[in-house]
Amino acid sequence: MTQYLEFEKPLAEIEGKAEELRALARANEEMDVADEAAALDAKAAQLLKDLYKDLTPWRKCQVARHPERPHCKDYIEALFTEFTPLAGDRNFADDLAVMGGLARFNDQPVMVIGHEKGSDTKSRIERNFGMARPEGYRKAVRLMEMAGRFGLPVITLVDTAGAYPGKGAEERGQSEAIARSTEMCLKIGVPLISVIIGEGGSGGAVAFATANRVAMLEHSIYSVISPEGCASILWKDAEKMREAAEALRLTAQDLNKLGVNDRIIPEPLGGAHRDPKAAMNAVAKAISEMLEELDGKSAEELIRDRRKKFLDIGSKGLAA
Amino acid sequence: MNWITNYVRPKINSIFSRREVPENLWQKCDECGTMLFHRELSDNQNVCTSCGHHMHITPRDRFTALFDGGVFTEVAVPEPLSDPLKFKDQKKYPDRIKAAQKKTGEKDAMLVAAGEIGRTPIVAAAQDFSYMGGSMGMYVGNAIIAAAEEAVKLGRPLVLFSAAGGARMQEGILSLMQMPRTTVAVQMLKEAGLPYIVVLTHPTTGGVTASYAMLGDVQISEPNALICFAGPRVIEQTIREKLPEGFQRAEYLLDHGMLDRVIPRTEMREELITIIRMLMKLPPQVVGDLPSPQDAEADSAEAANTSADAAASEEAAQ
Repeated sequence: MTQYLEFEKPLAEIEGKAEELRALARANEEMDVADEAAALDAKAAQLLKDLYKDLTPWRKCQVARHPERPHCKDYIEALFTEFTPLAGDRNFADDLAVMGGLARFNDQPVMVIGHEKGSDTKSRIERNFGMARPEGYRKAVRLMEMAGRFGLPVITLVDTAGAYPGKGAEERGQSEAIARSTEMCLKIGVPLISVIIGEGGSGGAVAFATANRVAMLEHSIYSVISPEGCASILWKDAEKMREAAEALRLTAQDLNKLGVNDRIIPEPLGGAHRDPKAAMNAVAKAISEMLEELDGKSAEELIRDRRKKFLDIGSKGLAA
Repeated sequence: MNWITNYVRPKINSIFSRREVPENLWQKCDECGTMLFHRELSDNQNVCTSCGHHMHITPRDRFTALFDGGVFTEVAVPEPLSDPLKFKDQKKYPDRIKAAQKKTGEKDAMLVAAGEIGRTPIVAAAQDFSYMGGSMGMYVGNAIIAAAEEAVKLGRPLVLFSAAGGARMQEGILSLMQMPRTTVAVQMLKEAGLPYIVVLTHPTTGGVTASYAMLGDVQISEPNALICFAGPRVIEQTIREKLPEGFQRAEYLLDHGMLDRVIPRTEMREELITIIRMLMKLPPQVVGDLPSPQDAEADSAEAANTSADAAASEEAAQ
């Protein structure tokens, strides 16, 4: 049963009616509702198409944060084999908001790292809703460094509202941990590929997404600040998040024009959560293509290209 | 002290000598409330002479106090695209830029300069909190890259004074992209084997701390500076508890192993000279005023003459 977003309410009504009709038909065998239900289905399909044809930035934020959207764990399970989680920062703790470990992608050994938000109340709390503490970033630094030494490509899956704003996180050097993670991203001499699968929240996302290739799912977002946060600072009113989402240019489409992402991965109609399998296949295809693009490049080339990519960002505006 | 001095004189003065007093001749310390005479305050680099509170200082004033004889040359910063997102909140971004430029007289929130401190050549960059909260946008990113490139070109260390509320929201993702960009700048210095020293000043927060401001070889802070990733208000709202006294202040960070040193602004120059000269394997600074180059030449010429004279007289004696 899909959870509907606020703007999907009309859709919920129609799909609800169709469901009701079918339930009635099951209870009462004489009733023939097939035609009516099919008509409703068609109407719903059309509406879904219309709704998703041109999502506003704020609606995209809602889709990107949809609780049923496939998360890092789902992608790892579907796209990788022999996933062997590696834990801990060898310093303080293991941060469950960050998953990482060795795995095979199309049989090729890689290091996979990502933010995991959790899928039910228990796992969400356990994983701190995907908001990493310094330990999470330090674990990532450790894994990236190791991948660099063993020549394994690194694949990061970004899905976080941002780094966790907590007392302990600050005391243990949240900012330093993020800075070191970005630094490590720029340092390793292996292909680094990043896919923003949901939310790319500020510094917490940059720490993983400073990559040779950055791909974004069609309805994912990547921003310096959440629209709500931006609205409360610049508009002095958190309710102005729609305007803020618009102004921030946080959609995959706008960011592609700015050169922040290299490709947009198409999502099934109605968002990745409506057909996770299709979404996963699209992501798998994108990752293998990006790996191929980087295949055969030397460590120096990879490092140089990565730096150049980021130094060049900002040289073209939206108009281009 | 009697009633005449206490009461009558001020009153008479107020009648007879009501001179025009410029408004900004005196500045009140935000911390202890003492009224400070502007000249005395600026001579003390905007540090309260009464309680030692560090007030805001512009990059230009800081450089004037930092460099030998107040002499420095500005390093040019490549101009970025202006308002790439056509950002508009309650005001248009270009209007905010204009207002900030008018207020500060500077192009943007960072000034880069080359010069000498204690006859030690350095490149320095300082962030201007009075310019849109010192926020890190593309110009600031370009400034840091330009500073690093200049330092590498000249083979000098880079000293960076940070002060920022964080990223510049009006540049959206492009401000966020300054985190990796400035990290590349820091890597250029490291690869060239040049020291990168960060002086954190009040306040340094957000994406700035999570990039170039935390990657120094030596991390120094001015006393009581707020240094954090997430601000105290955000944290209090998240965890719903009161934060301890001095949380996220320089001394607190020093206690938690996040900084090397906390040094008052008035001692910073000496501190930097000492550290940089050691890292650059230079002999210790000569303490005291050196004669100016012309005088020194004249002196040595004179010294040569006297020794020649001495030799001549010695010869004569033989």
